[in-house]
Amino acid sequence: MLADNRIKSVASAEAIASEVPAKGRSLWKDAGRRFMANRAALTSLIVLLAVVVFTIVGPFFARWSIEKIDWSVVGNVINAGAPSLETGHYFGTDEVGRDLYSRVIQGTQISLLVGLVGSAIAVIVGTIYGAIAGYFGGRLDSLMMRFVDIIYSIPYMFILILLLIVFGRSFIMLFVGIGLISWLGMSRVVRGQTLTLKNREFVEAAIATGSKPRDVIFRHIVPNLLGIVAIYATLLVPEMILLESFISFLGLGVQEPNTSLGALISEGAQTMQYGTIWQLAFPLFFFITILFTFFFVGDGLRDALDPKDR
Amino acid sequence: MNQTPVNLLEIRNLKKTFSIGGEGLFSRPLTLTALEDINFTIRKDETLGIVGESGSGKSTLGRCILQLLSPDQGQVLWLGQDLTKLPAEEMRKRRQDLQIIFQDPLASLNPRMTVGEIIADPLRTLRPELSKEQRRERVLKTMAAVGLLPEMINRYPHEFSGGQAQRIGIARALVTEPKLIVCDEPVSALDVSIQAQILNLLAELKDAFGLTLIFISHNLSVVRHVSDRILVLYLGRIVELATGDEIYMDPKHPYTRALLTAVPIPDPRLARQRTIDGLKGEIPSPINPTSGCTFRTRCRFAQPQCAETRPVLETLDGGRLVACHRWREIEAAEPIGASA
Amino acid sequence: MAPVLTVKDLSVRFALHESEVTAVNNLNFTLEAGETMAVVGESGSGKSQAFLALMGLMAKNGTVTGQALLGDVDLLALSKTELNQYRGRDVAMIFQDPMTSLNPALRLKQQLAEVLVLHKGQDQKQAEASAIAMLERVGIPEPAKRANAYPHQLSGGMRQRVMIAMALLCQPKILIADEPTTALDVTVQAQMLDLFKTLTDDFGTSLVLITHDLGVVAGVADRMMVMYGGRAVEKGSVDDLFYDPRHPYTLGLLHSTPHIAKRAERLDPIQGMPPSLEHLPQGCAFNPRCAFAFDRCMVERPALTAAGEGREKACFHEGPMRYGKVA
Ligand SMILES: Nc1ncnc2c1ncn2[C@@H]1O[C@H](COP(=O)(O)OP(=O)(O)OP(=O)(O)O)[C@@H](O)[C@H]1O
Ligand SMILES: Nc1ncnc2c1ncn2[C@@H]1O[C@H](COP(=O)(O)OP(=O)(O)OP(=O)(O)O)[C@@H](O)[C@H]1O
Ligand code: SF4
Ligand code: SF4
Ligand SMILES: [Mg+2]
Ligand SMILES: [Mg+2]
Repeated sequence: MLADNRIKSVASAEAIASEVPAKGRSLWKDAGRRFMANRAALTSLIVLLAVVVFTIVGPFFARWSIEKIDWSVVGNVINAGAPSLETGHYFGTDEVGRDLYSRVIQGTQISLLVGLVGSAIAVIVGTIYGAIAGYFGGRLDSLMMRFVDIIYSIPYMFILILLLIVFGRSFIMLFVGIGLISWLGMSRVVRGQTLTLKNREFVEAAIATGSKPRDVIFRHIVPNLLGIVAIYATLLVPEMILLESFISFLGLGVQEPNTSLGALISEGAQTMQYGTIWQLAFPLFFFITILFTFFFVGDGLRDALDPKDR
Repeated sequence: MNQTPVNLLEIRNLKKTFSIGGEGLFSRPLTLTALEDINFTIRKDETLGIVGESGSGKSTLGRCILQLLSPDQGQVLWLGQDLTKLPAEEMRKRRQDLQIIFQDPLASLNPRMTVGEIIADPLRTLRPELSKEQRRERVLKTMAAVGLLPEMINRYPHEFSGGQAQRIGIARALVTEPKLIVCDEPVSALDVSIQAQILNLLAELKDAFGLTLIFISHNLSVVRHVSDRILVLYLGRIVELATGDEIYMDPKHPYTRALLTAVPIPDPRLARQRTIDGLKGEIPSPINPTSGCTFRTRCRFAQPQCAETRPVLETLDGGRLVACHRWREIEAAEPIGASA
Repeated sequence: MAPVLTVKDLSVRFALHESEVTAVNNLNFTLEAGETMAVVGESGSGKSQAFLALMGLMAKNGTVTGQALLGDVDLLALSKTELNQYRGRDVAMIFQDPMTSLNPALRLKQQLAEVLVLHKGQDQKQAEASAIAMLERVGIPEPAKRANAYPHQLSGGMRQRVMIAMALLCQPKILIADEPTTALDVTVQAQMLDLFKTLTDDFGTSLVLITHDLGVVAGVADRMMVMYGGRAVEKGSVDDLFYDPRHPYTLGLLHSTPHIAKRAERLDPIQGMPPSLEHLPQGCAFNPRCAFAFDRCMVERPALTAAGEGREKACFHEGPMRYGKVA
């Protein structure tokens, strides 16, 4: 039995007590506070949320669907297809007379989705993969990381384009393609961090207290990785959006009539010479807003979570 | 009191090497011998102090005993059972009996867990049969035993000072009611007053829980204060093992003798009277160990034979150990008397 | 004889986010020629900051007030460039981690010679010769060969010797050593402390030894100053403070330090923790941990006042102190 009553005068607890509030401040809460104190990050987060809300609420105000062609503007897009409240084309129309407002909303949705899915795959696969490689080390680590190196070394665009051509253009293929590589960088980051964490004394302490490898990884290492994972994932979102745009720019992205910001920008860029500048301006505005806000949020997270840069 | 001592732990012929470097294309990996020829026993209820300079292998020895590092060769017999041969799962269960306290109190606590979770962690893994309430009850009792208040249970490590963090580390080691705790420099990172509090706490807990302690430190004063017997390591080898009084009053090995005169004493008059046995130079590299006696590069008694053959670890009366060719001659020539 | 250094009302404050802390509060002391003064206290008591401030080596958010008279020059009133002339030449400082103050890209010879060229106007050849001579003085074997080494090629003890050599090159009046042996092994520490003793004797340098180890103090210091919460709480000769401490904190430190010759069953440590500078207790800062505290200590702060021949203390308690189990 615990020898509580045998201990007579263990160091006076009153002296140690001092002025402690009973509830602890976790590192997450501390980080939250620091994040809130960061103007740029907080503003970006609000703008980002506003964009998200807009993609959800926006469609209710749309008067045109994404594929309906407004025959009244066809042939005269430069004049009749300009942004206007009367025609219901708030953002104007595209070159074939479809409503740009609806299309930009959908493009934004798709781009965000691509970014989030890519980054989610990275978080799940990359974290587990990297943590296992880093924790077990040795031959398993070499093997796992060599595999990552190999995938990295194959020209990615080539594979993706091949995939899209062979299996046809579809949403699923796009996600598969993006998911295929998004976790590679993450797994490297996580592995590196795991290697340092593994040598920290608290991990050794966990092993010494009889934790199983699974517990060591999931209770002790992974929670301490979450900071860096969160930062990296946030910064990965714009990267994935860019990637998708690039694919769309090549004409291989989502399938018509669906669209994405990348596809819209690509079309807008081609028609800019006719003076229909809005076709480029609106998608580009959302695109840049999303990229920058994610970047600032990621940066804010880094400052808030990374104890070294404090 | 006069029971025959039970050998809780017996270390036989332990050796541990690390291979370092060798990552480069043209470099061969070098072998660093961290421990060699380690033979000793730990008796039930004693505190065994381990002293030695930085790099002498103290931490490595502690970790080899706990199987946190696997030794290259040799046996670690826990009540007669060789831990090095134990299957992983059985060793994991055995960890209930063998615990460790670390030097850096904050680094040894998971920053994302609350104090309660940290202390309960060993129970979760080693005593899965306990209910949540039982676990909590034990955690609270252990916290009380180490002088932590119950309301601290939901706080996080970074909210504590070094001394308090060390108490949390001690509670974690204590919660499974182990028989042996390896304390690896548990007070080296703490302020003097806090250091003394923790030393007292360890002494009280040892009595209350019937613990056997291995106390690792580079500070001979601290080790002498807490230990029944003291093991002196030099460059990965045992040079002397004896009771605290013997080490202090009647050291046999030239290294121990020199070490004693170098230990700072907080007493100005004694300090002024004392002549320091000028040990020249510093501990050599463990990568290419010297032939013969490892201490000979710094030993003022060294003679040709010391370079030729390695002194064996001799067992003297009362079970004390010493590894030096010439300790008898040295003792005769320079008896330790008034100088101490 | 006039003291080499007279420090008056030295205070160091640091601006924090919304508040300010006083890391060193109204420190007064003198340093005589050739003496060794130890500064002791627990972590955060302001030992390092007090002397960093004298050297003009403070963090950006710090401000310093008071006077530090080196002869008739007030170090604290000097501009950065003026201070540079004194730094290294008249006052030198060495730190716990010698790597932080040695340039890893320069050979020892170059770094050492640089100091002499700068302060003494010696030519390179002459400077290198003196540098090698000094390396020999501090006990570096084969100094001429070692002088060609880079800092990382030396062991910790050797590096600390090089630091001392560098500090002593211009034969400064004052050498400030901040925990110079804390990172070293005891046998090497003993060598270093021995070196300090011979060097201060030979060069007549005054040594300020910042440490938390009373064992080190007893071995080398003549006088000592005990700091707590940014203030000096007791000052006097080493013998007076060790054998007849008048401040409960000094007494507590002594009882907390294990002594190799005495195997006491239990130490008698000071209870509780050192205070945070942001929440110093009212009255005497030591009162929550003090076994002798009484009502007055809770409201009034004791000033540092004479407590006998050549010693001062900041405590209201008079008469003998019985402490814990040790009478
Ligand atoms: N993982 C490792 N890889 C390579 N070498 C190691 C490793 N761990 C320890 N060593 C080496 O083994 C030797 C003994 O190290 P150990 O940490 O046991 O010394 P120690 O006595 O605990 O020293 P300290 O007082 O500095 O803690 C040292 O030379 C060290 O550099
Ligand atoms: N730049 C800074 N900003 C705010 N506070 C500071 C700064 N630098 C030091 N301090 C505070 O000043 C106090 C005194 O620090 P100092 O380094 O002098 O302590 P010390 O007595 O040398 O302790 P140690 O034994 O740990 O070296 C500490 O509480 C420290 O937190
Ligand atoms: S064996 Fe020789 S070198 Fe080694 S300690 Fe004894 S006398 Fe010294
Ligand atoms: S003034 Fe009072 S509280 Fe402060 S040290 Fe003296 S007796 Fe203790
Ligand atoms: Mg160690
Ligand atoms: Mg300091």
